[in-house]
Amino acid sequence: MQILELTCRQLRDKIAGGEVKSVDATTAVFEQIEKHDRQIGAYISTFKEQALAKAKQVDEKIAAKKPVGLLAGVPIAIKDNMCTTFGATTCASKILENFHSPYNATAVEKLLAADAVIVGKTNLDEFAMGSSTENSGLKKTVNPHDFSRVPGGSSGGAAAAVAAKMCFAALSSDTGGSIRQPASFCGIAGLKPTYGRVSRYGLVAYGSSLDQIGPLAKNVEDCALLLDVIAGHDEKDSTSVDEKTAPVRDWLSAVNNKPQNLKIAIVPELFKGADGEVVESVKKAIEIYKSSGAEIIEIKMPHFDYAIAAYYLIATAEASSNLARYDGVHYGHRTKNPADYIEVYSKSRDEALGDEVKRRIMLGTYALSSGYYDAYYLKALKVRNLIRSDFTAAFAKADCIVMPTSPTTAFKLGEKTNDPLQMYLADIYTIAVNLAGVPGISIPCGFDKNNLPIGLQIIAPAFAEEKLLQIAMLFENKTDFCKTAF
Amino acid sequence: MSELDYKIIVGLEIHVQLATRTKMFCGCELVFAAEPNSRVCPVCLGLPGALPVMNRQAVEFAILTASALNCKIAEFTKWDRKSYYYPDLPKNYQISQYDLPVGENGFIEIPIAEGQTKKIRILRVHLEEDAGKNLHGENFSQVDLNRAGTPLMEIVTQPDMNSPQEVSTLAVELQRIVRFLGASEADMQKGHMRFEPNVNVVIKKDGSEFKTPITEIKNLNSFKALEKGTAFEVKRQLNEFLDSGEVAKSGNKKTFGWDDTRGVTVLQREKEEAHDYRYFPDPDLVPVVVNEKWLADIKSGLCELPLAMQKRFTADYSLGDYDAGVLTADKDTALFFDNAVKAGGDAKRICNFITQTGLKIANEKGCRVSELGISPQRLAELAKLLDAGTVSATAAAAIFEKMTQSDEMPQQIAESLNLIQKSDADELKKIVDDVITANQQAVEDAKCDGKKTKKAYGFLMGQVMQKTKGTANPQIVAKIMDERLKSI
Repeated sequence: MQILELTCRQLRDKIAGGEVKSVDATTAVFEQIEKHDRQIGAYISTFKEQALAKAKQVDEKIAAKKPVGLLAGVPIAIKDNMCTTFGATTCASKILENFHSPYNATAVEKLLAADAVIVGKTNLDEFAMGSSTENSGLKKTVNPHDFSRVPGGSSGGAAAAVAAKMCFAALSSDTGGSIRQPASFCGIAGLKPTYGRVSRYGLVAYGSSLDQIGPLAKNVEDCALLLDVIAGHDEKDSTSVDEKTAPVRDWLSAVNNKPQNLKIAIVPELFKGADGEVVESVKKAIEIYKSSGAEIIEIKMPHFDYAIAAYYLIATAEASSNLARYDGVHYGHRTKNPADYIEVYSKSRDEALGDEVKRRIMLGTYALSSGYYDAYYLKALKVRNLIRSDFTAAFAKADCIVMPTSPTTAFKLGEKTNDPLQMYLADIYTIAVNLAGVPGISIPCGFDKNNLPIGLQIIAPAFAEEKLLQIAMLFENKTDFCKTAF
Repeated sequence: MSELDYKIIVGLEIHVQLATRTKMFCGCELVFAAEPNSRVCPVCLGLPGALPVMNRQAVEFAILTASALNCKIAEFTKWDRKSYYYPDLPKNYQISQYDLPVGENGFIEIPIAEGQTKKIRILRVHLEEDAGKNLHGENFSQVDLNRAGTPLMEIVTQPDMNSPQEVSTLAVELQRIVRFLGASEADMQKGHMRFEPNVNVVIKKDGSEFKTPITEIKNLNSFKALEKGTAFEVKRQLNEFLDSGEVAKSGNKKTFGWDDTRGVTVLQREKEEAHDYRYFPDPDLVPVVVNEKWLADIKSGLCELPLAMQKRFTADYSLGDYDAGVLTADKDTALFFDNAVKAGGDAKRICNFITQTGLKIANEKGCRVSELGISPQRLAELAKLLDAGTVSATAAAAIFEKMTQSDEMPQQIAESLNLIQKSDADELKKIVDDVITANQQAVEDAKCDGKKTKKAYGFLMGQVMQKTKGTANPQIVAKIMDERLKSI
């Protein structure tokens, strides 16, 4: 048996059954990291000693027949924009390169409480701003399936780590597609839960009204398992939904139930923007659903085209304010020998923030400025409402909407770095989902001629994660597109 | 300047620190003068990933105060981010309320002369978090963030005040109100109230009106500074007008600081900077919906307001405005007074007990009169003893003091301290005779109409009081003394 080939669920069950030791699984993961991560560059930091100690502790608990958590002994990675008391929390930015958080994010606390073994923290586009992880201020990450290509972004490190079997799953975040698009590029599953489903406390904010934590994993079942662990109301996050409105369920148990009378909506117009091979795979996926009894209906999403424009005003407006705190005054990078206190701000930020971050801060600052607020920010909010109503109308007719996750497969490193607008368009299918706050998942649905993975995106109504996971599972059970590298 | 015909125009912004246990958006306890940066957490430090959670009590205090100030209470309100970079502001934005304040369009009634009041319109009442404090050394600066995140209520009036006295009167009245409501301790020493008056003057000259440029005086934190600062600014503006003739126009609002030691305002900003705070709704907080039930619950905390109580004390109990004002400076003291009167004590006597002996002892002990251990009923009994002439005013003060240490009724205390007034005429006659015999010179002085008459008479009376250890009823002694002196 190859330990690294196991899914989270399989590994957890084997560890719990005494068949596999967590220490062995953890050792295997670190061997894999030592073997491949120099080339892939998925991790910003790793915690080998701490991980092995935790693994040993879990093994001892199991040997002593003590109760253990849902992820007992399973090695998990964390995107480096979630606060941890161990290691640094860098957001892949020079401005936080040496920042050590005095507290754990709620989602991290939940992982720890579930007895997960934390492997390390993964690379990302600086402050999660980007679609290829090339905006990382600290290091480069490549796609494990093809080292000349990007892993996607912003959670490129996390997706690459899962795809390269350098962890069994990863905790990640999605503001405009940052979980789903890298999942698609790396041939794995990635779930963005409903906004409010998972506490954002301790997730370093980019676009607060869009950010949501979710899992990247080898398959749908593991996404369900991780959601079981991290979901729920948190009194530290006012925007996390109370459990009366959105009860936390045992998604892992429910995931294999076949959804009945399934109605799937597709938006034919949206296929125009995607590569031929991507469209072909997605259409085949739709056929598979059809053959398993689902009804396919065609709908229109009239405001979908405006999503990117609205997103780059709302997200950047929020970001301009969220990132104001990185000023060199209180913590993080501070410029040497500033002439006055104004220079502490301007030079510290100039020296330590990357181009894309600066670009978005400037854009957001502009959008919120007096005289422009109504024309940009307020108008974007109105567009957001229209997009929400597009989704509401769609879900009145269907259980879910299916479309590509990304218009392309993984592109070449450097291919789009000089054309930010082209890079923004890589998120065309994922962004509207964040604006509407609804859940979406990306699952592998095929390969292009270069044998690069293609992702299928399924979108469901708010808090309908159970159905979403079941619909995704239905496809996964009938196909075999999940593919880790090596 | 006396030749100028002018009218003073002042509007006021007041920041009031609310009496919550914890900060506006986190669980840090509010402690005055704690060790720097000891009352902080990831939220008020603005650390990455931290999120604010609204303090419900602060919202309730603000709504309560806005209700007492006759404001229209918002059914729907929200939190906005106000962006500016400053070292004492860890997030570089302040969570505040921009276009939907908790309350709007109210008024406050202030006492302006004996029995007269004036209404000052309230523009808005909103909530925000305080910043920290910058401490400047020789070639370094330090930031103390203990205060960061403290709940502040900002009250903005319309420019309805027309004298420095009205400005400070409003401030004092507001202090009484928030204290009555329990919304703030309003302790000036602890910086619980800070004032920023906007001052200008309308001058009538040669048949036209001229408005001087508006100035804002920053961060005044005492009533005296507020009044003096405003008065100084009026004078300065009138002089400036005579010198330069400059009038108010868009963009020439100036900002001044107040130098308390020199008693002058100091120019801080010549022109109003075009601040763009880039307000937008804080996505980390959910909007606040004030439904009818919640509002009713909050409003059940309303009580008779100090000015209303003061008016009642003057009307029903025939107190002067001054005494009624002193009594209603504090709610517990006012209620203590009211209850003692309702228990049968004479209002004027109860008032004297409280404002003279009571406040003195209470100040020494650092507590309120109502906390001295004397119930309103016992105080009423003491007033009755004094009324009946059973004890003298001096003795009553002594009994009052004793009552703070003992649960005995005033009558018992008077007896055990031997303070019951001697009103027995025969006994007193004998003592008066003794005093007259022993002090012949004084008797002579007292009898002739001269400079020494009054002094000598006082001396003789004093001798009698001394011999009786202050227990002689002075009216009866005086009567006997007069008779005796006449007959000599």
